Amino acid sequence: MATVRISLTVNGKPVVSDVEPRWPLVEFLREHLGLTGTHVGCDTSQCGACTVHVDGVALRSCTLFAVQADGCDVKTIESVSAGNELHPMQAAFHQHHALQCGFCTPGMIMSALDLVRREGYELSEETIRQNLEGNICRCTGYYNIIKAIGAGAKAMRNASAG
Amino acid sequence: MYAFEYRRPATLEDACKALDSLAESKPLAGGMSIVPVMRQRLASPAALIDLGRIDALKGIGVPDGRLRIGAMTTHFAVSRSELVRSKIPALAQLAGGIGDPLVRNRGTIGGSLAHNDPAACYPASVLALDATIHTDRRDIVADDFIVGTFSTALAPPEIIVAVSFPPPDAAAYIKFINASSRFSIVGVFVARSGGTVRVGVTGAGHHAFRCRPLEATLMTAFDPQAARAARLPSDELISDINGSAAFRAHVIPELAARAVEHCMAGTSGAIV
Repeated sequence: MATVRISLTVNGKPVVSDVEPRWPLVEFLREHLGLTGTHVGCDTSQCGACTVHVDGVALRSCTLFAVQADGCDVKTIESVSAGNELHPMQAAFHQHHALQCGFCTPGMIMSALDLVRREGYELSEETIRQNLEGNICRCTGYYNIIKAIGAGAKAMRNASAG
Repeated sequence: MYAFEYRRPATLEDACKALDSLAESKPLAGGMSIVPVMRQRLASPAALIDLGRIDALKGIGVPDGRLRIGAMTTHFAVSRSELVRSKIPALAQLAGGIGDPLVRNRGTIGGSLAHNDPAACYPASVLALDATIHTDRRDIVADDFIVGTFSTALAPPEIIVAVSFPPPDAAAYIKFINASSRFSIVGVFVARSGGTVRVGVTGAGHHAFRCRPLEATLMTAFDPQAARAARLPSDELISDINGSAAFRAHVIPELAARAVEHCMAGTSGAIV
């Protein structure tokens, strides 16, 4: 099958690659760039484990073709921490025991960061619950994830003020 | 997933040409419906024409008193637009309740209407608000646009350019939601303009439709109790895992009544 050349930025680095139009972005990220932090959960646009940011907006990378990201700025979970230092949202997930198996966590964190972008640093429990509709966790029952996102958002404000 | 050809034209004209020249080609808007459908091999277009980089399809304005929303405007953008919130707050409310945030970040009004899912939210709103769907070649009033299940008046390679809405005096949308799929089990959009009341219903039939008996009731008395007292036939309604046709016939007047209550209170609706 004919390939299409795409140029994009992935986690701050320029990438040029030849892709088949039918490759989902998540397949390109995982299989071709080796960025396996983004997970394939349902692969049917429901679970949100594959959430990444494209041009600053959270999307399901199983529901976007890699060719559609041509020219875009893509950020995955691998871009979130500063070296070994966890991002405040990641640290909050750790502190609040917001993961058990951890499979959904990369998508949860990418969605949580998008939630802060949309709604700011002060997030009510109701706002967090409503905005987690697109991310499914089969372990935790969500309670600690909700606590972690609220705390992580506040920590982000403190970090940005600091 | 089956292989397909991909084009990303920069202009509407080039998009129409590509759709016209490539056999079995389909437009790609946000992809929130067609991509999952293709991945399940329920559809296999030979080519996708990506509308994502055509500036003429984006943006929200009020050029002539009507609220005009570009086809490629995302649900998130509609839900947050100050123009939409001031002209037709019920439409912002509706857009903010479609799917989940990841869908709203990408899904578009034009894509939703072209797909015309029988449980989607926008079809109910265009019917109730007497909207016009503007394509690259003509204007189609909503009553003529919604034709059947996943079926519209669009004649390929026709492309939706924008949707325009005359702002009503009052409107509200009540969505009785399937907690898993986030689609409507039943959704009712009520709009009042002067003495005219239009009621758009989604999720309950083979496609979105106007509920004429309720419109007549509400034009006689714009009163929630009048809506609640209405009895609807269930023959044209659907039965599925979420409820029987008789159940839906019971729910539609109740949701219409709640929408009228929202209209009278100056609020824009709710997800229930």
